[in-house]
Amino acid sequence: MNRSTFRIAAAPAALLLTFSLAACGAANEETDSNSDTTAAGGESTAGSGDDTAGAEAPAEELSGSIAGAGASSQGAAMEAWKASFESTHGDVTVSYDPVGSSGGREQFLSGATVFGGSDAYLSDEEVALAADRCEGGELIELPAYVSPIAIAYNVEGVDQLNLSPETLAKIFTQEIKTWDDPAIAADNPDATLPSDAIAPVNRSDGSGTTKNFTDYLSAAAPDVWTHGAVDDWPVPGGTGGQGTSGVVDAIGRTAGAIGYADASQIGELKTVSVKVGEEFVGPDPEAAAKIIDASPRVEGRGEYDFAVDIDRETQEAGVYPVVLAAYTMACTKYEDANDAALVKAFLSYMVSEEGQTVAQQNAGSAPISQTFRDNAMKAIDAIETE
Amino acid sequence: MSTTAQPPAPTAASPTADKPVVRPGDKIFAGLSTASGVMILVTLVGVAAFLLWQAWPALVADPSEVRGGNGLLWYIGPLVYGTLVAALIALIIAFPLSIGIALFISHYAPRKLAAALGYVIDLLAAVPSVVFGLWGVSVIGPMLMGIQAWSIDNLQFLPFIGGPASPKSMLVTGAVLAIMILPIMTAVNREVFLQTPRLHEEASLALGATRWEMIRQAVLPFGRSGIISGAMLGLGRALGETMAVAIILSISARYTPVVTSPANPGTIAADIALQFPEASHGAHLATLVASGLVLFFVTLIVNMAARYIVSRRAAFSGAN
Repeated sequence: MNRSTFRIAAAPAALLLTFSLAACGAANEETDSNSDTTAAGGESTAGSGDDTAGAEAPAEELSGSIAGAGASSQGAAMEAWKASFESTHGDVTVSYDPVGSSGGREQFLSGATVFGGSDAYLSDEEVALAADRCEGGELIELPAYVSPIAIAYNVEGVDQLNLSPETLAKIFTQEIKTWDDPAIAADNPDATLPSDAIAPVNRSDGSGTTKNFTDYLSAAAPDVWTHGAVDDWPVPGGTGGQGTSGVVDAIGRTAGAIGYADASQIGELKTVSVKVGEEFVGPDPEAAAKIIDASPRVEGRGEYDFAVDIDRETQEAGVYPVVLAAYTMACTKYEDANDAALVKAFLSYMVSEEGQTVAQQNAGSAPISQTFRDNAMKAIDAIETE
Repeated sequence: MSTTAQPPAPTAASPTADKPVVRPGDKIFAGLSTASGVMILVTLVGVAAFLLWQAWPALVADPSEVRGGNGLLWYIGPLVYGTLVAALIALIIAFPLSIGIALFISHYAPRKLAAALGYVIDLLAAVPSVVFGLWGVSVIGPMLMGIQAWSIDNLQFLPFIGGPASPKSMLVTGAVLAIMILPIMTAVNREVFLQTPRLHEEASLALGATRWEMIRQAVLPFGRSGIISGAMLGLGRALGETMAVAIILSISARYTPVVTSPANPGTIAADIALQFPEASHGAHLATLVASGLVLFFVTLIVNMAARYIVSRRAAFSGAN
């Protein structure tokens, strides 16, 4: 009874999707032919186009369920991907348990899940374990979820605030105590800064956001920030908030507050532009996505392992270096061909333009660049489904 | 019993009359209640054993391995301190309030109002703690900002007053905890006050005491152990409160006497709730469980102390 109603509903839905995808594909080709892409770029777009077409054809065939687990940071994005992927593939169930990064890596490596999520790429020891888990195939690691971390502040009358990494680090180590400090004024010659005390706000729970933010501080301002990259906020005396919402709430309630939080969750708060090279860059998605391309890949890893050391010190124009990237881990080879086919289809969807847009709308992430998508598709195409 | 006194009585109904009658219901009920009693003990031992087992890696680990990298005492010490401070503030606020409310209900209010008020107080106990947390951070915190700012300006010489004022301070947390433990304390106090022997009260009044003097002479002394046991029950709840503290308290210091600033030590329960989701590997997780073990014993000691105080004055107590 339920099944049949579902089928009746699925038919027009699939039809609708065919049209919308076709429209998307057309739009892609247009932009590509307009821009000066190389033959290789054109080819791979065509390839990904084929893939979406390919994903459509076996839409009737794909069935079964796959399970993943891992970082809670990309939980919202995973929910969105899962929901829209399942709506296209009626007989497929995808589950993602946001148990945390370490749990995600553990479960993936032990074979309990077919894909994993993690805020950090696998350690060398874990990569060695992955060789076993992947049945002799290659390990795939894709930073498919990139989210800018905004540095939000609550200072009346200051609508635009530029800060260099050193000044930012001094604010968060509480070396700079008032908003009219000369170091802040130097970066903001036009702003009228009040003499209010600065109230730094941080996470009171352990968090990947804290880890990425402190990683940025320790890389970009190593002389000032000596606490390293850590999960638990190391500087005493600030205001602690529980979770992203707790931090955002505390910033909003406290005059003179400044804190860091997922850019999609900060609501009406104003954000700091940080100094990169000679200019100041705000936390907009495009600038955040660029950091993945601007960062070097970790050396000595497999062909399809796109683990990157995020280059927080980048001087490249228009790149926002305060980001949180979450990896999706998978294998090119699975014991079960159906698992492989499902993982392939799901990952293809995740990195597709549509998938990235869905994640942006639902989780506020930064859509990955076309360059990275081409690379990611090479890895995903390598998944053996026979 | 009376039948055994007259064995030859013709009314003796059955040959088993000289033994106490035992029906299946007696056996079943005795078994059930014994099982329940044993089960609670087994549960308690089970919890303690589980905590000990899970905390063991941290207890034997090198000090650099546990959370914080400086040993268990370094990590758990401030949490115990914070837990006690928060609970103590709650108790200081709730203690006089609960006695006042209970006296009002038992001796001052008109009967109808008393019943309604008692009902409302009990209702307070049914509010989930996460709601108290949200309410505390968005209402109580901002409300107490004025008092805190004034204290910092005028009472800075006191060791526990210091700036900058914060809506997420230890004082705010304690105030919200006080409201949360008020129902249990008030309920116990009310029951004890209502049990004051009528004769004591009337004797006091007959000797010319006013109502306040009667309460001081008859009601309060009679209820003392009940008041204490109610306070201990409240203290137990305040020590273990998790969600509300996790939401409200700004945790960013170790030992500090100051209760009005954003720099506060955490509490054990709140720390476990906050850090558990991201506590990755063995020894870190075990450290959190070890702090839970400490809380278990702190609560146990508080409850045993309460029992002891109550039992010492058992003759007068209505609460044992």
